[in-house]
Amino acid sequence: MTTVTKAEGAPAPTGPDGFLSVRDLQVTFSTEDGPVKAVDGLSFDLHRGRTLGIVGESGSGKSVTNLTILGLHDPLFTTIDGEIVLDGKELITATEKEMEKLRGNRVAMIFQDPLTALSPFYTIGRQIAEPYMKHTGASKKAAWERAVDMLAKVGIPNPKERARDYPHQFSGGMRQRAMIAMALVCDPDLLIADEPTTALDVTVQAQILDLLKDLQREFGTAIVFITHDLGVIADMADDIMVMYAGRAVERGTVTEVLRSPQHPYTWGLLNSMPRLDSDLGTPLAPIPGTPPSLLTPPPGCRFHPRCTFRDRVGGNRCATERPPLGPDRSSACHLSAEQKQTIFVEEIRPRLG
Amino acid sequence: MKEDLVLPATRDAAADAPPEPLLKVSGLVKHFPVKGGFPVRRTVGAVQAVDGLDFQVAEGESFGLVGESGCGKSTTGRLITRLLEPTGGTITYRGRDISHAGRKQLAPIRSEIQMIFQDPYSSLNPRQTVGKIISGPMEINGINPPGGREKRVRELLEIVGLNPEHYNRFPHEFSGGQRQRIGVARALALEPKLIVADEPVSALDVSIQAQVVNLLQKVQRELGIAFVFIAHDLAVVRHFSQRVAVMYLGKIIEVGDRDSIYARPRHPYTHALLSAVPEVTLTAEEGPARERIRLAGDVPSPISPPSGCRFRTRCWKAQDRCATEEPPLVRIAGNRDGHLTACHFPEEPTIEAREEDIVLDPALAALEEGSAEGPGKS
Repeated sequence: MTTVTKAEGAPAPTGPDGFLSVRDLQVTFSTEDGPVKAVDGLSFDLHRGRTLGIVGESGSGKSVTNLTILGLHDPLFTTIDGEIVLDGKELITATEKEMEKLRGNRVAMIFQDPLTALSPFYTIGRQIAEPYMKHTGASKKAAWERAVDMLAKVGIPNPKERARDYPHQFSGGMRQRAMIAMALVCDPDLLIADEPTTALDVTVQAQILDLLKDLQREFGTAIVFITHDLGVIADMADDIMVMYAGRAVERGTVTEVLRSPQHPYTWGLLNSMPRLDSDLGTPLAPIPGTPPSLLTPPPGCRFHPRCTFRDRVGGNRCATERPPLGPDRSSACHLSAEQKQTIFVEEIRPRLG
Repeated sequence: MKEDLVLPATRDAAADAPPEPLLKVSGLVKHFPVKGGFPVRRTVGAVQAVDGLDFQVAEGESFGLVGESGCGKSTTGRLITRLLEPTGGTITYRGRDISHAGRKQLAPIRSEIQMIFQDPYSSLNPRQTVGKIISGPMEINGINPPGGREKRVRELLEIVGLNPEHYNRFPHEFSGGQRQRIGVARALALEPKLIVADEPVSALDVSIQAQVVNLLQKVQRELGIAFVFIAHDLAVVRHFSQRVAVMYLGKIIEVGDRDSIYARPRHPYTHALLSAVPEVTLTAEEGPARERIRLAGDVPSPISPPSGCRFRTRCWKAQDRCATEEPPLVRIAGNRDGHLTACHFPEEPTIEAREEDIVLDPALAALEEGSAEGPGKS
């Protein structure tokens, strides 16, 4: 890291509801080729009942962040620095026993591929009932009834019979529904959804997204929603954090980030994505180059080798100095606020149509 | 041929079925046998992957095939390239029936119909250099371009935006987007007339996707190559294709030029598909809201598809007639030329929001009703 900026680590509003807060999180994996810093100085807050959308391409560190929250990393090869506080409890230093009490109970996760995340040996009903029995001490019978109830709630027809089925007897969309039922069975405070609809078809994706939103309204769960699809984020999230090469580059509410994005990477993402109503005359404007290798990340702003606006920043700051990211609506870029606004209004927005 | 491709006139003319299309598919059927039983494994059924397709692709035209997984779009691509042999129907390429052509008969045509695959990691041989991969098709077909194959490969690398110096590198040295470019270069090596691109960008990151889409578009326009573009991403297909066919369970349920399909769809499934695409609203003064349709359940199994109209089990307009009578793919009243729809009870040609959302999913409907306890279902 070149310049440690205080803004990242500065205390953000930790109000009474700010119940998940991550401060200056650093995750480093040791690999054969050397250390890989998958997450580099990440801070964010999540409030009860809200949805934080994390967008980024593969390798941006969005999944690693969330596996770390759940403590699902391999401790032999991973070093973690920083703070993860869930409702006043520090998670990085928590013991395995304490984490076990948390997982599936207060914090639950929905994975991308339900077929690999569900065990092929046990019935769907049993897999949903198991965490409920473990965490609430309910009897087998009560837990089974709860599982059937949950299956009904997520829209599995004939839940009584289907609970006795194995995952391979479910279709892709139904498996993802079963995963949601399993995640919500203990009424968690925090739900982490890691690309939950990427493997699904659009019509099924629309059903699942709406289902998640409706269930959130009912249960009041906070959701961390990870995806690479800006359309899905626009549909689901209250707040957005855009990640690039292990760092957050822009954050704000959905409206702020999507209607007046301020970071060149976010502009690039929006410009390179065809939409159903985009103008067909203009070709897509892809971001040049490829994402950097995290073994040898570029110094300064990690996006600068691909950024088309870096020559508008005085000196060589983009290549030497890490731009700070504030706690609220902000973007980590050396362009001045006026520059960002002018570039967006004059050069980016007309392209978006 | 190359010059008039950029003219918009050809785009519209393409829909009017020119005298001899480059590719003509009629009544195309592909059933995969399902084996079962013991001790002798017998054919107990068939996956009706593709069940009676009719479409044409004109020279230099880009034809999009969209649909959800299992609708038979990839099988169609493999049938056109004759990687699979059809169970029924005919595929006519430039007036020649190639539906059951043998290896020898296909040899000269193979060089004219090329394919780009979805996964850039598994479609390149890891033990061959880029030069060998791209010159492979030339070697097999005994083509010796002026200046030698190596020179041609370097040209191709340049066309697809790679450094010609990378001639001697291996695929693992490239990123996903670059590998897909190598796949494009290989498809271009024999100067094909038709390229079947099967989900060419869906394995790539958003920022890289745009690079490859732009490259394919450049190739299509500048070299005048016809494309059959298969994808599940409706926005990408809209961006790339002049004419689009929507598939559902092995059948084309609606086909037409881009505008007809995306702005004036008639088939309920096309409506549902379009309304399901998550969209970024960028400006506050965005036009009228889009309709919201949420279907129930998943696509039925193609082993025993529903009778009559295959979409009827998930359709909100289905009536008895839909179960007994299969709707033909025809131009229905109010459709433009070349816009065909297979539906007995077509929708209004608009995608604007309706007075009431259509929510067929029982769990969703129950949650939204507010009666969250015990969702009403049989």
